[in-house]
Amino acid sequence: MFKEKGPDVTFSQPVEEADGLKTQEMIINMGPQHPSTHGVLRVELTLDGEIVTRAVPHIGYLHRCFEKHCEAMNEYPKVIPYVDRMDYVAAMNNEHGFAIAMEQLMEIELNDRVEHIRVIMAELQRIASHLLAVGTFGLDIGAFTPFLYCFSEREKILDIFEKASGARLLYNYIWIGGLMNDVPDDFKTDVSSFVKTFRPKIKELNDLLSNNKIFLVRTANVGVLPEKVAINYGISGPSLRGSGVKWDLRRDDPYSIYDRFEFDVVVGKGEVGTLGDCWDRYIVRVREMEESLKIIEQALESMPDEGDVHESIPKKIRPPAGEIYSRTETPRGELGYYVISDKSTSPYRVKARAPSFVNLSVLPAISVGAMIADMVAIIGSIDIVLGEVDR
Amino acid sequence: MGLLDKKYQDSNIIIVSLEKALNWARKSSLFYMQFGLACCAIEMMAAAASRYDLDRFGVIPRSSPRQADVMIVAGTVTMKMAPRIKRLYEQMAEPRYVISMGSCSNCGGPYWEHGYHVLKGVDRIIPVDVYVPGCPPRPEALLQGFLHLQDKIMNESLSEGGQSTPVVVEADKDGNISVKNADETDTHQNADIKFPQQDAKQKPAG
Repeated sequence: MFKEKGPDVTFSQPVEEADGLKTQEMIINMGPQHPSTHGVLRVELTLDGEIVTRAVPHIGYLHRCFEKHCEAMNEYPKVIPYVDRMDYVAAMNNEHGFAIAMEQLMEIELNDRVEHIRVIMAELQRIASHLLAVGTFGLDIGAFTPFLYCFSEREKILDIFEKASGARLLYNYIWIGGLMNDVPDDFKTDVSSFVKTFRPKIKELNDLLSNNKIFLVRTANVGVLPEKVAINYGISGPSLRGSGVKWDLRRDDPYSIYDRFEFDVVVGKGEVGTLGDCWDRYIVRVREMEESLKIIEQALESMPDEGDVHESIPKKIRPPAGEIYSRTETPRGELGYYVISDKSTSPYRVKARAPSFVNLSVLPAISVGAMIADMVAIIGSIDIVLGEVDR
Repeated sequence: MGLLDKKYQDSNIIIVSLEKALNWARKSSLFYMQFGLACCAIEMMAAAASRYDLDRFGVIPRSSPRQADVMIVAGTVTMKMAPRIKRLYEQMAEPRYVISMGSCSNCGGPYWEHGYHVLKGVDRIIPVDVYVPGCPPRPEALLQGFLHLQDKIMNESLSEGGQSTPVVVEADKDGNISVKNADETDTHQNADIKFPQQDAKQKPAG
C-alpha cells in the first residue's frame, strides 16, 4: 500500500565551475520529521553551499479535513471539538472565534459575566500560547532552560483551565451562546494570584533569553520581513506587528468586549537589528503577554458576580439561512470563520481563514539568502501550528 | 547513596541472570524519538518539561531515529504521513518499541468516521507495544504508558520463541545462591487487587 520513496538527498548537475572547483546546488528536505519544524512541515531547500537559494514549504501532512467534519456533523455544537483541534495550542481562542461567528449569525446577546469570563480565558490562553512559542523558539535556537521556565508557568494557566473545564489542552468550554459551565468559586483568586506571580517571571525571561548575547546573534538581522512584504502577503498577528505595523483586531475591529479595556498594541522597533527580524517578532510576543495581563486585571475588576452562563444558549441551534464572516485575533493572527447556514441544524459550509497558513506563505520570501542554520530561527519566529496550516 | 552502600557491604558480588541485567539496562534508559504529529505532541512536550519530568525515568528525547529506543506516535497519522512513520520506525535500531499516544493513533479518534485521510490506527503499519488512550492523554497517562512498557521489557526473554519463565538469582550475605521465580519476588504483580467484577463472578449462582 505504501510505496517507499527514493533517498531524501539528491544532487543536481554541476551548475558552476570556478577556479577549477566544481560546485553544485543541493536539494535537501527539512522535515517532515525534524525537531524544530513545530510539527510535520516539510521544507524543500535548495542550497548553494550553506546559503538557501530557494525554500518551498510542503504541507498536508496533518490534513484532518476540518471543513468536511463541520459539514458532516449533524449539530452545530458538535463542531466545537473540531475547532479545538485546529489550533491546538490556542483552543480557547478558536472556540471564542467560532462562537462569536455563530452568535452574530443568530443574533444572540450575551450577558456581561459570560463575556468577561470569555475574555479572561482567551487572554490566559494567549499567554499560554506565547509561552509555548517563546519556549520552543529558544529550544530551536539552542537554549533549553527557558523552555522549562516557560512550561512551568504554562502549567499554572492550564490548572486554571482544568478547574473550569476539566481538560488540559482541548476544552470544549466556550459554547454557542454561553459557556459549558460557570467558573469555580475561587476562579478570581486563582487568576489574580497567577497575574501577580507571572509579572516578575517576564522580567526573568527577558534576563534569561531576550538579552542573551548568543540569542541576539542568532536572531537579530535574521529573516527580515519588511512592512510592505508583510502586508502584501496578508500576514497578521505578532508576525505582522514585529514588522512595525500597528494592527490588532482587538483594537481595530473590536469584538466581544475588548473595546472596554485599555491596552497597548505592541510593535517591533528594530531595537537590536533591522526592523522586522526574528528578534522583533519574538519580543512582540513577550511584550504582548504583559498587555494580556493588563486586560485580565481590568476584566477581573469589572467582572460581575451575578449572571447565568447558560442563559442565552438556544435549545436547538438552527440559525436562519444566510452567511457570516467573523474574524478574531488569536495568538497567531487573524482567524476568520465563514459560515453558510441553510436553516438546518448543521452548517452548509464552514471555511476557516487560518492565520498560520497565511503566515507560512511568506517563508519562501524571507528565507532566500539566509544560512541553512537560520531556517530554524525563521520558522520558529513566524510561530506556525501545523494543525491550523493543514486544517 | 547510603542505602546502596549498606545493601552490598557484606558481599560485593551481585549475581544476576544475563537476561534480567540486559532487560534492566534497557528499561532504565529508554530514549524516545522527539517526533510530534499533532495535539498530543504538546502533551508529550509537557510530560518532558518541568512539572512531569520524564527524565527521572531515564526517558530522554533524541532527535534521530538511529539513537532512539522507543517511538511515541503522538497525534493523527494521515495517509501522507504514514509511509514516513513506517520508514522512521525501520530506521530505528533494535530492540525498538512503539507507544501509540492518543485516540488518533490508536484507532483514528475523532477522525474515525469521516476522515478519508486518516490512518485508522498506527498499528496497521507498525507494531505497537503500548496504547495510551485519551484525546489528548494527560502527561500522567503517558508516564503510565512508559511504566507499562518498562514492565513489558522486564519480561522479555533472550531465548527464541516463547517466553521463558522469568527467574531471579539472588545471593544472600553468606554467598549462598538461590534461584527464585520472578513472580515470587515481584510485589507489584502479587498485589492483592480485587475488582468488583471478579467478586460478582465468585458469588454462587442463584
